[in-house]
Amino acid sequence: MQNERLKRTIISIILLVLVSVFLNVLVAMRIIDEYTTQVLTIGAINVIVALGLNLISGFTGQLALGHAGFMAVGAYTTAALVMKLGFPIFPAIFAGGLVSALFGFLIGLPTLRLRGDYLAIVTLGFGEIIRVIMINLAEITGGPAGLKGIPPFTNNFFWRPVVSFGIVYLFLVLVVFLISNLLKSSPGCAIVSIREDEIAANAMGINVFYYKMFAFTLSAFIAGLGGGLYAPFFGYLNPNMFTFLKSVEFLIIVVLGGMGNITGTVLAGFGLTYLQEFLRFLQDYRLVIYPLILIVLMLFQPSGLMGLFGNREFSLTGLAEQINQALFRKSPAEKAGDK
Amino acid sequence: MGVFQQILQQMINGLSLGSIYALLALGYTMVYGIVKLINFAHGDILMIGAFIGYFVLIKLGVTPGTLIVAFLISMPFCALLGVLMEKICYKPLRNAPRINALITAIGVSFFLENGARVLPVIGPNPRVFPTLPPVTHHLFGVGVSRVQIIIFAVAIGLMLVLNYIINYTKIGKAMRAVSFDKGASYLMGINVDRVISFTFALGSALAAAAGILFASAYPQVEPYMGIMPGLKAFIAAVLGGIGSIPGAMLGGFILGVAETLAKGFLSSQMADAIAFGLLIIILVVKPAGILGIPINEKV
Repeated sequence: MQNERLKRTIISIILLVLVSVFLNVLVAMRIIDEYTTQVLTIGAINVIVALGLNLISGFTGQLALGHAGFMAVGAYTTAALVMKLGFPIFPAIFAGGLVSALFGFLIGLPTLRLRGDYLAIVTLGFGEIIRVIMINLAEITGGPAGLKGIPPFTNNFFWRPVVSFGIVYLFLVLVVFLISNLLKSSPGCAIVSIREDEIAANAMGINVFYYKMFAFTLSAFIAGLGGGLYAPFFGYLNPNMFTFLKSVEFLIIVVLGGMGNITGTVLAGFGLTYLQEFLRFLQDYRLVIYPLILIVLMLFQPSGLMGLFGNREFSLTGLAEQINQALFRKSPAEKAGDK
Repeated sequence: MGVFQQILQQMINGLSLGSIYALLALGYTMVYGIVKLINFAHGDILMIGAFIGYFVLIKLGVTPGTLIVAFLISMPFCALLGVLMEKICYKPLRNAPRINALITAIGVSFFLENGARVLPVIGPNPRVFPTLPPVTHHLFGVGVSRVQIIIFAVAIGLMLVLNYIINYTKIGKAMRAVSFDKGASYLMGINVDRVISFTFALGSALAAAAGILFASAYPQVEPYMGIMPGLKAFIAAVLGGIGSIPGAMLGGFILGVAETLAKGFLSSQMADAIAFGLLIIILVVKPAGILGIPINEKV
C-alpha cells in the first residue's frame, strides 16, 4: 500500500515536470508565439488572483469584492521594495503578498466576527479607498500618472517573455498545489463546513471566526502575490488598473468556472483572458456582457462550467493511478491479492 | 465668519445631504428587512431616476411645476423597474444560497451602470443637470440655498408618507409581518410575493426621488453617479440598524453631517474614507446599529 502510494506520487511528479517542461520549451522555442505567451502570462496571473478569491468566496462562502485592491497592494509593495530599497525580485513579491495579507487581516478582524454579508460591502469600500490612497501617495506610487520603470524579471529583452511566463507559471503551480492540499487537510474541511452551514459548523466545535480569518488572510496573500507578479511583468502601474471592474472580472472567473472548484477557476481564467483579447472589438459592450454572464449563470447554472461535470476536480494523482495501472498492467483483482 | 457659524453652515449642508442618504437608506433597509439581501443595484436606481428627471426637465424646461412632473414620472418608472428587477433576478434565487443572490445583485448593478453607459441617449460623459436658478436665504449669517430647502422638504414629506404607509395601511402591516416572520405571515394568508414586490417598488421610488434631489444638489448626471451614494446609504442603513426604518433615517442624517463636517474641516478626499471608518467602528462597537435590535440566529 505504502509502495503504491509512493509510486503514484512519483508518477504525479514526473507528469507535472514533463508537462511543465514541455509547455516552457514550447514557449522558449517560440512555437507558442510571443503574443500568445503574453496572453498566457496575464491569464496565469488572473488565475492566481481568482484562486485567492475562490478560496474565500467559493470555498468559505463569504463574498469579497475587493481583490483588485489586494492585488494593487501587492503590486505597489513589490514595485516600491524593488525600486526604492533595492530588494531582489522574489523576496519583494513575497513581501507584496505579506503586506496584502496584513490588510486582509485588518479588514477581516472587525467584519468576519459577524454573520451576514458585511464582508462584501467592506471589501468593496476597501477596493475604492485603496485606489484613492494610491493616487494621493504620490511619493511611493507615482500618483495618478502611474509608476514607470519597474525592473522586469530579466533585462534580456529576447528572453523576457519566456522568463516571465516561466516564473508566473511556477507561482501558479505552487498556488494550485497549496490550495488543493489545504482543502484536503483538516483546516480545509473546516473552511468548507462554514460554507455549508455556519451554525452547524459552530455547533460541531469549529472556531468559525478563526477559520474565516485564516481563509481571508490567505486569500489576500494570494491576491497580493498575483499583484507582485503583475508589477515586474508589466513594468508600469497605475491606480486605475485596479478598479472595481477588475474585482468583478475575478468574480466572473470564479463564478464561470464554478464556485468552489479549482479546475474550473483555472480553465475559466485562461479562457476568459483569451476571450478578452479576442473580443477587443466589442469595446464597451463587453461591460454589458460581463454582468449578463453573472446574472444568467446565477439564475440557470449557479455551479458554473464544472457543475456540468458534477463539480469534479482534475486529479493529478488520479491520472497517475491510471497510468500506473496501464503501465504495470495490474487488474484490480491482482491488486487486492497484493494486500 | 466665526467657527460657530461655520459649523452651523456645515450642519445645514449635512442635513440636506443626509436627507438624500436617508431616502436611499430606507430602500436598502426595507429590502434587507424583508428578503435579507443587500440590493447592490439600489444606488443605480438613483442614477436611472436622476436621468429620467434630467430628460423631463430638458424637455419641459425648469420651473417648480416641471420639477414636480419630473418626480411624478421618475418615481413610478423606477418603482416598475424595481419590481421587474425583483421578479426577474431575485425571485428565482429566494431559496438559493445567499451568496448567489448577492452575486446576482452585483451583476444587476453592473448591468444598469454599463447599460446606461452604452445606451446612445445616455453615454459615458457627464451632463449638467438643469436646476432652478440658485437663490440663497441668509439666516443668522448662515446661507441656506433654495435647493437645500427643497431637498429637505421633499425628503421629510416622503418619509412622512412612508411612515403612514408602513404604520397605518394594510399593506404596511403586511410588510411588517413579512419582515418579522416570512413563513408565519405566509401561513396567515399574506401574499408574500406581492409584499416583496411592493417593498421593492416603494424603495425604488424613494431612490428615484433621491436621484433627482442628488442631481439638483450636485448638478451633474452620469452612469456611475449612483455607486458612491449607494454605498454610503448602505453604510447609513447599517449605522442606524439594518432592517429598522427610523434607524435608516437617523443613520442617513448622521452620515450626511459627518461627511460634510469632514469635508469642511479635514479634506474632501478624506470624506469618503470617513464613511467607511464609521462603518468599521459601528461593526466593532454595535453591529446591530444604533436603533437595531440584536437577533440571535437560530437553526
